[in-house]
Amino acid sequence: MSIEVKGINKRFGDFVALDNVDVSIPTGRLTALLGPSGGGKSTLLRIIAGLETTDSGSIAIGGVEATRLPAQKRNVGFVFQHYAAFKHMSVAKNVAFGLEIRKRPKDEIRARVDEMLDLVHLRQFAHRLPSQLSGGQRQRMALARALAIEPNVLLLDEPFGALDAKVRKELRDWLRRLHDEVHVTTVFVTHDQEEALEVADEIVVINEGRVEQIGSPDELYDTPANDFVMSFLGPTTRLDGQLVRPHDVEVTTAHSPGSIPGTVRRALRVGFEVRVTVLTDGGESVVATMTRATARGLDLGEGSRVWLRSDCLAPDVPEPLAG
Amino acid sequence: MTAVAVAAPRRSTLTRSAGLGLGVAMLWFSLLVLIPLLAIIVTASQGGWPAFWAAITNEQTAAAIRLTVMHAFLVTAVNVVMGTVIAWVLVRDRFWGRSVLEVLIDIPFALPTIVAGLVLLALYGSDGPFGISVANRSSAVFLAFLFVTLPFVVRAVQPVLEEIEVEVEEAAVSLGASRFTVLRRIILPSLAPAIIAGATLSFARAMGEYGSLVLLSGNLPFQTEVTSVRMLGSIENDNLPGAAAIAAVLLVIALAVIVTLDVVQRKVSGRGRG
Repeated sequence: MSIEVKGINKRFGDFVALDNVDVSIPTGRLTALLGPSGGGKSTLLRIIAGLETTDSGSIAIGGVEATRLPAQKRNVGFVFQHYAAFKHMSVAKNVAFGLEIRKRPKDEIRARVDEMLDLVHLRQFAHRLPSQLSGGQRQRMALARALAIEPNVLLLDEPFGALDAKVRKELRDWLRRLHDEVHVTTVFVTHDQEEALEVADEIVVINEGRVEQIGSPDELYDTPANDFVMSFLGPTTRLDGQLVRPHDVEVTTAHSPGSIPGTVRRALRVGFEVRVTVLTDGGESVVATMTRATARGLDLGEGSRVWLRSDCLAPDVPEPLAG
Repeated sequence: MTAVAVAAPRRSTLTRSAGLGLGVAMLWFSLLVLIPLLAIIVTASQGGWPAFWAAITNEQTAAAIRLTVMHAFLVTAVNVVMGTVIAWVLVRDRFWGRSVLEVLIDIPFALPTIVAGLVLLALYGSDGPFGISVANRSSAVFLAFLFVTLPFVVRAVQPVLEEIEVEVEEAAVSLGASRFTVLRRIILPSLAPAIIAGATLSFARAMGEYGSLVLLSGNLPFQTEVTSVRMLGSIENDNLPGAAAIAAVLLVIALAVIVTLDVVQRKVSGRGRG
């Protein structure tokens, strides 16, 4: 179901957490709320779930006004960063909780719990306690628990934030595949731009309580609305005063029109790429990244004279390019 | 910790220093606990079974045991409820004077019990300022027990309650649970082991209480005489085996209660499994 957020304001004392936020989240999509810590994205998610009240504005879930609806009545699945497992209950009991509250028949609950545990690959752990599971397994249990009630929307608050890098990556891919299977409208909060770019259909960039931009990962990466979005979504460097991506900086050893001369200060190989720091004659320090082959072809070393240019420079005056 | 034991199950896991530590601990434990307990049993059995049986079925003694055990149970039941409520207020609510209350809770621990007895006598004695007198009544025993056992459940529950994440309650709420359901199905089961541990201590303390009630209760046989007072009476009458017999009974009751509560605790904390 879709989520319509209109004119939401939220303050905690003097701190403005959300400043007149409008977001429309379409049905069946996987949407990321992306932004730096303290930017208001978790607050927005909690307001959608009803775990936090709003000072003004309105929320509608699936076209139904929900602003004043208590969290219990919103039929929202919520997954927390630190799992929020019911520690005294087995995995199966955790998953069954929402269904027992809804007083479903015992057989139905059992079948649904089995189905959910299969979905998250925890069937063989059904009788364990959460403390006997790894972090990744606990989070999958939390997901099964949230999905068991067939929620209108699934909300995840930094779901992989407490996990180590490898598990995080696995779970991220797995969430993407799961969403393709289940199709429930999903919103997840993250401060990790890579996670958002990789998993989400749509990204809402939130900073200092305001929505900076909404769009697909490609749109946001290729045509960021402002410098904040650009620098938040990936590495950036300044060339001739303009914010550009380091991999968009073209390094040549011969002068070409519009290029800027400089001297290589440092050439650092990081895995598959080479990161070159160039000090321009104008005194600007520019970072350019390129493949190892390119770097070798240019024969770059400390002190090499180079010329820099970027296609992204002066986009209003496109230079005619040959080939 | 016992990785060595897994690797070589037949060999002792004790290093030389650990062995020394265990030896010292056992010696200490024996001197302070095991030998005195054994001495009670030996003393109690000096006159043989008939004498022991006669001592504990003596009507006055039986009345004292009944009174003590019943009030210890009652007080423990009250503490389970009130202690949990007080712990809740201390952990979850922010109010003026909270830190003062936090310190005051421990006063029954710190106060010499005879001082507590004096205070209770002054307040609830025959000419107390409130005009309420419980002197020479069994309610004096109840009141004194309540006073000295107050901190046990509070102090046992408090740290566990602090550990319960608010997120866990929010998760339950988002799954559709009402406030009452969250309390009944999430919070109380998590607190149960701590509540039971506190209850055990509270019961044990009440069973052995002397100082705080001896002034107010009047120590009337068949009415307000508790076991500790009865034992002192026996000793003063040169009836050491009689006193030891009561002590042995108290020992058995205390053990039974500890074991029962332990079983209950295992049951409760294992209920969510399966």
